[in-house]
Amino acid sequence: MFKPKKIQLLDEAAVAQAALQALPQPSRRLFLQRGLTLGGLSLLSGCALTDEDAVEQALLRVSTFNDKVQAWLFDPRKLAPTYPESMITRPFPFNAFYGIEAVPRVDGDSYRLELSGMIADKRPWSLAQLQQLPQASQVTRHVCVEGWSAIGKWGGVPFATFLKHIGADLSAKYVGFQCADDYYTSIDMPTALHPQTQLALTYDGQTLPRQYGYPMKLRIPTKLGYKNPKHITAIYVTNVNPGGYWEDQGYNWFGGC
Amino acid sequence: MNQGQIIHPLWLRLSHWINALAVVIMVMSGWKIYNASPIFDFRFADDITLGGWLGGALLWHFFAMWILLGNGLLYLGLNLATSRFQRKLLPISPKGLLHDMHSAIKGRLAHADLSQYNQPQKLAYLFIILDTIVLVLSGLAIWKSVQFPLLRELMGGYDTARIVHFVAMSALVAVVAVHVLMVALIPRTLLLMIRGR
Repeated sequence: MFKPKKIQLLDEAAVAQAALQALPQPSRRLFLQRGLTLGGLSLLSGCALTDEDAVEQALLRVSTFNDKVQAWLFDPRKLAPTYPESMITRPFPFNAFYGIEAVPRVDGDSYRLELSGMIADKRPWSLAQLQQLPQASQVTRHVCVEGWSAIGKWGGVPFATFLKHIGADLSAKYVGFQCADDYYTSIDMPTALHPQTQLALTYDGQTLPRQYGYPMKLRIPTKLGYKNPKHITAIYVTNVNPGGYWEDQGYNWFGGC
Repeated sequence: MNQGQIIHPLWLRLSHWINALAVVIMVMSGWKIYNASPIFDFRFADDITLGGWLGGALLWHFFAMWILLGNGLLYLGLNLATSRFQRKLLPISPKGLLHDMHSAIKGRLAHADLSQYNQPQKLAYLFIILDTIVLVLSGLAIWKSVQFPLLRELMGGYDTARIVHFVAMSALVAVVAVHVLMVALIPRTLLLMIRGR
């Protein structure tokens, strides 16, 4: 059975992150060694590239610039297209950084959503409490960073409703997520408050199935799939960018559609 | 032909080579991105792709995109400002095209005056410009399918935009392959694009 992981308090997390950001990031180094030792570039320049570090820095700097461009392009009132239920992709594809056999088993009865950071009311939430909040459902397209896309129907609590309910500081920059499968990611506050961003508790009218993120996932039709964390166990609000599982390996942080 | 006369001004040569570099990066990283979720029943060999893995390829793609866009806008702006388009790429007529194609097949297409493009050449260069615009717009529709709804619908939706992007890439690669072949056949044109005369 899944045991909820204690997450760090915000202050500790913020300090640790600030320190980490000042240091070279080992995961990014690894990505570089894996990613940029490439026949392609040697082919291009006719010689082996010696200063891969400089190339990595340049690429990541442009990626950070692209985050800003996307934040600027993001229109909080612009809605992702919705579809009739007849267009739902069946079966909806399973996708994670592990195989379907490794999907975590979370016990819904003992499940508690932990809250921390810039939030007034940090009391944990049970599944039943989440189900009592006003629910909405939508049929939207899930776009994977790999290029494929699939249409699905998610139902749950509009995330903006939840954030206001718990007294989250809506002027903070980021909302971070910790998951039962050790996945983690974070999003910008404007996207968190977008009307289509929801804490999904159901899929296609049924309790959210295990492979799609039971007991709860964040569904964001304005972002790529890796920005839609599943099996969420903790949510925190912060001004320090918490990064993410894929983002720290080189995927663009904003990941907007 | 006056040997001393500059046929390709410096800005055009710079823009040509910057564009060539950007397109090579875009195409090679694009093939890697395609491989992550192929639309058709084949993948590109890893040796001819850029980025090492999907994340690396995306970084390259969204890096070179700015070079392609900035350089492309400068190229279009300067061409319009100097009326170079009108002088070099127009007019094209079906009759002229057929005539020049016929000469080319017979091996009688003259290349004495490299400051004048023949009709298939004009068409090819115009096609490259228009096709690159389609590539940028379909790419934008894929990248920002929610933020640009009109563009998304113009491209036939998210999934169709991927196909448009792929077909436009294929057409560009095909025309550039012929372009490079023609340069190999008439090497003086390469010198022209380097020295300007």
